[in-house]
Amino acid sequence: MKFGVVIFPGSNCEQDVIHAVRLLGHEASFVWHGDTDISGFDAMVLPGGFSYGDYIRTGAVARFSPVMAEVARFAEKGGPVIGICNGFQILCEAHLLPGALLRNQGLKFLCETVTLRVEASACQWLDLPEGTLVRVPINHNEGNYICDAETLAHMEAKGQIVLRYCEADGSRSASGSAPNGALDDIAGICNEAGNVFGLMPHPERVCDPAVGGTDGQAFFTAIARRLSEVAS
Amino acid sequence: MARYEIFVTYKKGIFDPPGATAERALANLGYDEVGSVKIGKYIQIEVADGPNALMRVREMCDKLLANPVIEDYRIQSDEKDW
Repeated sequence: MKFGVVIFPGSNCEQDVIHAVRLLGHEASFVWHGDTDISGFDAMVLPGGFSYGDYIRTGAVARFSPVMAEVARFAEKGGPVIGICNGFQILCEAHLLPGALLRNQGLKFLCETVTLRVEASACQWLDLPEGTLVRVPINHNEGNYICDAETLAHMEAKGQIVLRYCEADGSRSASGSAPNGALDDIAGICNEAGNVFGLMPHPERVCDPAVGGTDGQAFFTAIARRLSEVAS
Repeated sequence: MARYEIFVTYKKGIFDPPGATAERALANLGYDEVGSVKIGKYIQIEVADGPNALMRVREMCDKLLANPVIEDYRIQSDEKDW
């Protein structure tokens, strides 16, 4: 099982992903944004950061990197792709996932650990049972997820809503539990097929017990198991 | 050369956090007449003139300068010197 971790100019979470994935016993290596060959990878990761300085819009420039055409082709064929934070923003800009990410509602850069509720979804990356609560850090200025009502209803029907922000006990506040104001408390979504997954929180930062928890491990182990099942 | 000004704003119904903040700040300053404030982006672009110039600028907006999922844009030809 080999993960490819794309580095865009301004990515800054690629080392964390590599560390997490290797800790879990898988191979991982960096892929430069100018590369056009990603054969040899079983899964692709678009890490967090501030690609191209977040100019124009977050992810707007990175989506036109040469490697993204390959990532889109890989995703099209069912290859597993995960976009974390800035990676999620890039996947939305590339239209590999629906919707967009706006400035946080309170205009504040958010850096805190939040509670997330796992929803019943088609997501191949995360097969924790519905209702599982995980504690994962967020670290972003544009995490306010938005899409139109029709898209939201469609995503709901197709099981594309993977994670929601919630209170510590798993409930959702009537005034919204998303610290960034995200529509319907959405923290993570997938495409209809479930192989492309985007989320604002950083599971790679809670994989090593030495640095604050292991709730993020399930975000990487499920896909590895699934791929080895397919292979055997 | 042809010059264009591009105004990018959020689509109707999309929450605009900087606009909402400016709106509250103006109310705090006593400007009770303020109904709503929207904050968008202003882009100046200079391109080689030609029959397709405007069409190409529109394409640039759809592809990169604006995100049609959340934003509208308006293009205005600009005669004055930058």
